[in-house]
Amino acid sequence: MPVTDDPATTAALARFERAVAAETRIEPRDEMPDAYRATLVRQIAQHAHSEIIGMQPEANWITRAPSLRRKAILIAKVQDEAGHGLYLYGAAETLGVGRAELLDKLHTGRQKYSSIFNYPTLTWADVGAIGWLVDGAAITNQVPLCRCSYGPYARAMVRICKEESFHQRQGYELLHTLARGTAEQRAMAQDAVDRWWWPSLMMFGPPDGDSPRTERSVAWRIKRHTNDELRQRFVDICVPQAASLGLTLPDPALRFDEARGHWEFGAIDWDEFRAVLRGEGPCNEERLAQRRRAHEEGAWVREAAAAYAAKRGGRGGGEGEEVAA
Amino acid sequence: MSGTTGGAVGAGSASGTSGASGADWPLWEVFVRPRRGLAHTHAGSLHAPDAELALRNARDLFTRRGEGVSLWVVPAAAIAASSPDERDPFFAPAADKPYRHPTFYEVPDGVRHL
Repeated sequence: MPVTDDPATTAALARFERAVAAETRIEPRDEMPDAYRATLVRQIAQHAHSEIIGMQPEANWITRAPSLRRKAILIAKVQDEAGHGLYLYGAAETLGVGRAELLDKLHTGRQKYSSIFNYPTLTWADVGAIGWLVDGAAITNQVPLCRCSYGPYARAMVRICKEESFHQRQGYELLHTLARGTAEQRAMAQDAVDRWWWPSLMMFGPPDGDSPRTERSVAWRIKRHTNDELRQRFVDICVPQAASLGLTLPDPALRFDEARGHWEFGAIDWDEFRAVLRGEGPCNEERLAQRRRAHEEGAWVREAAAAYAAKRGGRGGGEGEEVAA
Repeated sequence: MSGTTGGAVGAGSASGTSGASGADWPLWEVFVRPRRGLAHTHAGSLHAPDAELALRNARDLFTRRGEGVSLWVVPAAAIAASSPDERDPFFAPAADKPYRHPTFYEVPDGVRHL
């Protein structure tokens, strides 16, 4: 936020900070610091992009789901991810950015999505590992966001968190079924957990010492906990869940620290994290290319629907002038 | 500091702007009645080319788990709203009339059904 001597701006900033400190929610048309708005747009957009890019690795298995039950579940889950993306785009738009602009920034690489979705889904067990670990990590991240200071984001997160718990449980059930199956199925489940464990821990972002924006986001009540706090919470939750599955987590350093009351875990390969972030992950290009293709191939549908609305006339929204012209 | 001067519920000021991906469909606000006997409440917003598709999209987006028995979709631009400022004098007439609340009145001990 630019330094200013303007008394009206100073007073507005003081009102904003008082409201945030008092746990009052900030709503769309309230005055807010430009940096608060920019931080939210970046975070919500990245979150929305992650939801819709996240449809790809799982949709990869819809045609090969092993039963009708599993297929119906997977379709419902992928549809939910689309819905989550839409709730979040809607929340971002309350901050004054347009949908087309956000999608354009995704398609041109100017806004990011979670790097976890740049890993491939090699076997059916990956669908289970994603539900258990990736959605589990997402829930750990997202539950505190239900109390985010920005009203529309917090409300979207409440809705999303309710739906995510189905995602996590179906994944856990899937892995549990495989883990009790043939030796081959069991090996497949273990392999998926081995591949998804470390990338899931990376989902919480860089370590606190290396996360320059955390402090301000915590002060603004956008974030409630640091990356490392949430990562620790996730590990503590997962270790006993892995034991119930009869699967192991691929970390020889895992051990319970009685004094701290937490599970210690090994060092995360941050070089890998940064490489995937730079675009060097196994599927970065494929994911973005598929997203662009889906958007371009849908252009005629968007145009046809707009033309039909214009032809019928007058029933569009109040902002439809550019469509009707 | 900045406030948005766009649509009543916040979104809208930037929607419809042309980007490389073209213009957005108009924005609609969605209201859901969770069950009979309750009022419609605001659930969120979506884009749609017309009212019919806005309703269909709203059904798919906001009622995938039986969250509603009735939907309203309203063009966001058609909503008029008061200023978001909490100190808005618009609401001032209500602030200094505590005698409009039953708790303003003292009633002798033992008086019932009052």
